[in-house]
Amino acid sequence: MNTAANPSTPALEAIGLTKIYGSGNTEVVAMNDVSLRVERGEVIALLGPSGAGKTTLLTALGLINPPTAGRITMGGEPVMDGSRALVNLAAFRRKHIGFVFQKANLIPFLNAGQNVQVALEINDVRPRQARQRALELMEYLGVADRASHLPDALSGGQQQRVAVARALANEPSLILADEPTAALDGHRGRQVMELFRKVAHERGAGVIVVTHDHRALDVFDRVVEMEDGRLKSTPTNGLNTKTQERKTT
Amino acid sequence: MNLAAQDIRHNLARFGLTACGIGLLLMIVLGMGGIYRGLVYEATLLVDRVNADLWVVQRNTRGPFAEVSSVPANVENRVLAVPGVASSRRFVYWTLQREVAGRPLRLAIQGLVWPYDNGAWLPLAAGHPLGQAHYEMVADRSLGLQLGERVKLGKDFYTVVGVTHGMTSASGDGMAFFSLPDAQAIQFDEPGEAIRLQRNTRVAQMQAQDIGQQQPALLTRVSGLTANLPALLPPTVSAVLVKLSPGADAQAVINTIQGWPDLTVYTSDQQRDLLVHGFVDRSRRQLGLFRAILVVVSTIIMTLILYTLTLDKTHDIAMLKLMGARNRVIVGLILQQALLLGAIGYGLAALLGHWLFPLFPRRVVITTPDFWLLAVVVAGIAVFASLLGIWKAMRISPNTVLS
Repeated sequence: MNTAANPSTPALEAIGLTKIYGSGNTEVVAMNDVSLRVERGEVIALLGPSGAGKTTLLTALGLINPPTAGRITMGGEPVMDGSRALVNLAAFRRKHIGFVFQKANLIPFLNAGQNVQVALEINDVRPRQARQRALELMEYLGVADRASHLPDALSGGQQQRVAVARALANEPSLILADEPTAALDGHRGRQVMELFRKVAHERGAGVIVVTHDHRALDVFDRVVEMEDGRLKSTPTNGLNTKTQERKTT
Repeated sequence: MNLAAQDIRHNLARFGLTACGIGLLLMIVLGMGGIYRGLVYEATLLVDRVNADLWVVQRNTRGPFAEVSSVPANVENRVLAVPGVASSRRFVYWTLQREVAGRPLRLAIQGLVWPYDNGAWLPLAAGHPLGQAHYEMVADRSLGLQLGERVKLGKDFYTVVGVTHGMTSASGDGMAFFSLPDAQAIQFDEPGEAIRLQRNTRVAQMQAQDIGQQQPALLTRVSGLTANLPALLPPTVSAVLVKLSPGADAQAVINTIQGWPDLTVYTSDQQRDLLVHGFVDRSRRQLGLFRAILVVVSTIIMTLILYTLTLDKTHDIAMLKLMGARNRVIVGLILQQALLLGAIGYGLAALLGHWLFPLFPRRVVITTPDFWLLAVVVAGIAVFASLLGIWKAMRISPNTVLS
């Protein structure tokens, strides 16, 4: 794990996040006073209708779209205070945050292995080590045999697994996934969701997954729902209880 | 991992075609410089090869290459009497166009003062210099004449006894060398009817004067050969070339000859300068401007190509930024591609030029400094051309991945 602070600190703590686009008559409040805490090893599903502010929240937490107000702390380290960055955001993303999207967004001119490797090299890992580490991750995710193939030659599920491997490459403390299974069939979608759970539990990363796929909610430790820019509730549903039960047994 | 190289490998055909286009443009840029150098080389070739110290030409003219210069043939002997002059020889040079074997043949003719000068100084590719006083010629290979071929010029046939390589006039025409009398015979050749008319005119003029009436023998004389008329000078020459004695004071010789009111003297360097700054100057400026425009066009094309390549990678660059890639990774991706494009284009330009330039009808002279200069210019173009792409890449937001 690439976390600088005490392992007992949460992977993410966001307090009072607000995002307002425009001003005056054209003002739109996309996110309103959202607070969220994600523990290490916790997998959270973020639900909500279109326009509810899920992607706005995710991009704010991913440090690519600063909030108008609120605070973000990661691994105990203050990162954002309102729209003001307290750290070098690119460097922080590089070391602490992994992203997975609806589309795998693999770089088309790199093969699958290189797509994972590039994330490591960006983080100053030497090429040989980066190659080795990328292969290990792909082995872990069951796509090592596709390492030398270009993204075009991979199925949707394989591409998404490579994208997950890339997100995991630098052992981030937080993984943000925006509808990662939308382009997959139910079976493969569930496989990817279970992969997130496996990664979170085995590697101690906090995972937030924006999803519309209610069939796989049992995979998550917690489900939160957004509506009109607000977190509607943070229920501890039965599925979470099942997870707890699985953990105790 | 080199992202630029990976991207190029993935788009090899497109990149290759682009590099070919750039290469052809750069070849023309290189060629323009080479054509200018070729012009200078050709313009000064004869001045350099004839190995004269001084050029004596018609007063107030710039010599036989710049304009018509006509000096009496006996200037050769007058000049020889000047202290410090080791030798002097007549120089005849002009251009003619004839039809030989059904095709136009354009010759720059120079007369050699046989037997003192048989053309032994010529760069012969085949055959030998002039071996007799008449009816032989040495022709440049660019004229397409074969060794032993007989060419009718004027009223006589001339046999090609030697073939030179690279002897062209300032205007790019292949040169042909004859003995001086032969050269003049070709130069002053006239149809029989014209000669008859001239003689009749002379007779008529003589009859109209008292002396013609009083001395009828004169009428017979003027109706004969022009060369036999004592009142007429032999044909003029273009210039007289002077070779100074070792240790002679060149300025003193010049001052002496310049003192004669019918002649002007130039040193070889001055004659060379007159050619370069007079004859070639407009061509130099024309080629220079054209070359500058081509450099600008190359820069614009490379800029647009690199900008397009960057636009194609907008999503990938956004993804790299999202992953936290430093700016130097993105800049490196674009700049390396620009430099590689320039380097491949440069290599192709050099290679194609090496193959194609010798096939051009006029000489293209490329020197090593030209190659170095072009390499520096291409590197500059590549860096400049990448700036727009880099500017665009820097403005790409990681958010673009979500769109």
